[in-house]
Amino acid sequence: MSDTAARVSARSSSNARPALLNALQVGLPAVALLVMLVIIFSIRPAAMSYFGFHLLFKLSVPLVFAALAQMMVIMLGDIDLSNGAFVGLITCITALYLQDAPALALLCYLVLIAAYAGFGLLIHSRQLPSIIVTLGMSFIWLGIAVILLPAPGGAAPVWLAAFMSWQPPLMPLSIWLAALAALAGHLVISRSSYGAVLRGAGGNPRAVERAGWSVIGIRVTVYASAGLLACLAGLTLTGLTTSGDANVAPAYTLLGVGAVILGGGAFTGGVVSPVGTVIGALTLSLAGSLLSFLQVPPTWQIGAQGVILFLVLAGRVLLSERAR
Amino acid sequence: MMNDPTPPKKDAAETGDADSLLIEVRDVRKHYDAVHALGGVDFHLKPGEVVGLVGHNGAGKSTLMNVLAGTVERSSGSFRLGGREIGAWSAASAQQAGLRCIFQELSLCANLTSAENTRIVHRPLRGLGWRRRARQVIGPVLDEIFPGHGIDLDRKVADLPIGERQMVEIARAFTQTGIKLRAVILDEPTSALGHEATEQLLAHIRRAAGRGIACILITHRLNEILAVCDRTVVMVDGKVVAERPTAGLSRAALVELMGSIERPRDRSAGKAASVRAPVIRHAGCDTADLTIEVGKGEIIGFAGLDGHGQRERLRAMFYAARRQREALPGAYVAGDRGSEGVFSLWSIADNLTIRSLNALTRGGMISSAAARKLAETWSDRLKVKAPSIDTPILSLSGGNQQKVLFARALASDAEVIFLDDPMRGVDVGTKQEVYRLIRAEAENGRSFVWYTTELEELTNCERIYVFREGRAATRLEGNAIETGRILQASFGGEHV
Repeated sequence: MSDTAARVSARSSSNARPALLNALQVGLPAVALLVMLVIIFSIRPAAMSYFGFHLLFKLSVPLVFAALAQMMVIMLGDIDLSNGAFVGLITCITALYLQDAPALALLCYLVLIAAYAGFGLLIHSRQLPSIIVTLGMSFIWLGIAVILLPAPGGAAPVWLAAFMSWQPPLMPLSIWLAALAALAGHLVISRSSYGAVLRGAGGNPRAVERAGWSVIGIRVTVYASAGLLACLAGLTLTGLTTSGDANVAPAYTLLGVGAVILGGGAFTGGVVSPVGTVIGALTLSLAGSLLSFLQVPPTWQIGAQGVILFLVLAGRVLLSERAR
Repeated sequence: MMNDPTPPKKDAAETGDADSLLIEVRDVRKHYDAVHALGGVDFHLKPGEVVGLVGHNGAGKSTLMNVLAGTVERSSGSFRLGGREIGAWSAASAQQAGLRCIFQELSLCANLTSAENTRIVHRPLRGLGWRRRARQVIGPVLDEIFPGHGIDLDRKVADLPIGERQMVEIARAFTQTGIKLRAVILDEPTSALGHEATEQLLAHIRRAAGRGIACILITHRLNEILAVCDRTVVMVDGKVVAERPTAGLSRAALVELMGSIERPRDRSAGKAASVRAPVIRHAGCDTADLTIEVGKGEIIGFAGLDGHGQRERLRAMFYAARRQREALPGAYVAGDRGSEGVFSLWSIADNLTIRSLNALTRGGMISSAAARKLAETWSDRLKVKAPSIDTPILSLSGGNQQKVLFARALASDAEVIFLDDPMRGVDVGTKQEVYRLIRAEAENGRSFVWYTTELEELTNCERIYVFREGRAATRLEGNAIETGRILQASFGGEHV
């Protein structure tokens, strides 16, 4: 009896170190975010205010939604290269139709989300690599967007622009939206019982299928929800820029992937963290501002942003190797 | 406590009658193209009965279980469950009917915790507090089967050692929520369990049977069958060949039943094999592991149950042969065509000549004329059925693809050819052609080292090594190569 107890206690103490490293690994993007904020505030103490936060994180809202859309797809072990082009298309539709013909705009959104689900179905039923299918989709989205709106233009509905510049109490809108998105994602993906099935389908689809679930249904659902989240990204982006532009968001595709991986996701599927993804998206969007504050010349900024991403990811990899 | 997701109600009443059959299948067949995995099987299971299922590799045990569990669709045959005729069958309906299966390869989601994995198989575990309820479902079962297991239910399965994963998977199959558990199929459940856990599992199977839960146990460890099963079913080549009450059955009798079909042999018997000096000597990892000797022109077979170290040894020999300076050139014919055999986008000719590029090079470039000639010669000699040698390899049938892989090895300068169970899933006609070719090439002085999971192929060999637990344990030569002795050696030396 005492033998068993000793074994159990030995087991739990040997678990403590990996658990700490695990927590550190999850917390790393948050730490990176805090470090960046501290640097910015030490350079410009005035930024440490409601309005400062508002300006710093204003542009992160669409990226948060785009990253969550990407996270849904990565959860299944796929990747979505059409995410950015899709967001661009949504800004075009929103700027063109939402003000004058809201019904038409809604119909367009629904058709596009259904198309997303359809591509999910195609990827599943034909066993195609998602990277190829979504690359093809990205050209389709871009093509439609350019046909609709050959040059940037149109106008965001007044209410949408007003909403995006709304200043709610306590925290800026961007922080509220990020927090709500993270909370909702956490509840649905990490906590709910259906979320466990979704993550299971990413980790071992055969096992989930054998337990009697329809993996094809799961894939269609997940792709449709990725489409919905990308729609939200497009809507909020239009509200910020107040116009539509087919080429406004190509960078979202890979920034979204970066945010998911930064936030603790893995390309193998099944391992994603909505909270981590949101923090990752905030980190990546703040990296640009940080470099401006550090007075890095614009020509160097993209490269420097890459260095930051690389450093944080390398830190994660090192920590996860330690934890093993 | 749980809401009830509509189990078929009327069956519950029927199974109350102890004499009625829980599962009854008649003349079930399953074929994949030309390959017959099941050739008309009759099988039945009573409530609370424990049935052992034994047979050599590829006897169709796992296929039969997959048919019952709904993960493989039967090609024909009738299937009655609790007296009701079943038409289309699926994994979901098997779950609904209270039929669970522990598959040979682990079917837990490694990225989830044990509690979350429990939720995957139990639909009622949803809504607020599902995590707590899931722990309450799996925890007590785990404690009952494996007392003192010490598994943290909130730890990711990927972080558990393999033995504990197996325990979780077994316990999960015995959990119950809204649907009454009626039968559990255990396919090699003890492969990763230690001695103590195995004993605990076997005891639990008997306990479960006492509660009316039927079990089907598939294992190569015959002692386990003899210890817990009421009845033993023996399968050979996709058919049930024997069915006996376990009481009074012995290990030897079981092994004999498995080898009951004696196959015709057409071996040139009496070849004085050991006279020739070996061209390869490959020492084992310890004294229990035999040294493998290959003579010029010999066909050496690797036998034993699948996954007992034959492939590893074959590869070790291949790489060892390559590393030696004055070694004979070797070639390796892969059994897993898709992942390590064919270049799927290339033509037959490109696939066939890749091993011979050095010989086809003229002044640093590949001579396409020489390459075509070589490809044509060998695809003719192996009678590859294709319109031309420029046909993409994937448009060929599996058997013809395998012929191209054989041609790749035979067309090369290799003097020792390593065969990694290459005839798996190939039709009988092709097999016979390839056997003839192998024997002809051996006459010409080429040596073959041949790992096969099919007993009849071993009759082509002059000497075989039977593998057990990762070691070449038994050496059989000449007329000693017969099904019974191979089976005896494969299953022998069991310590439980």
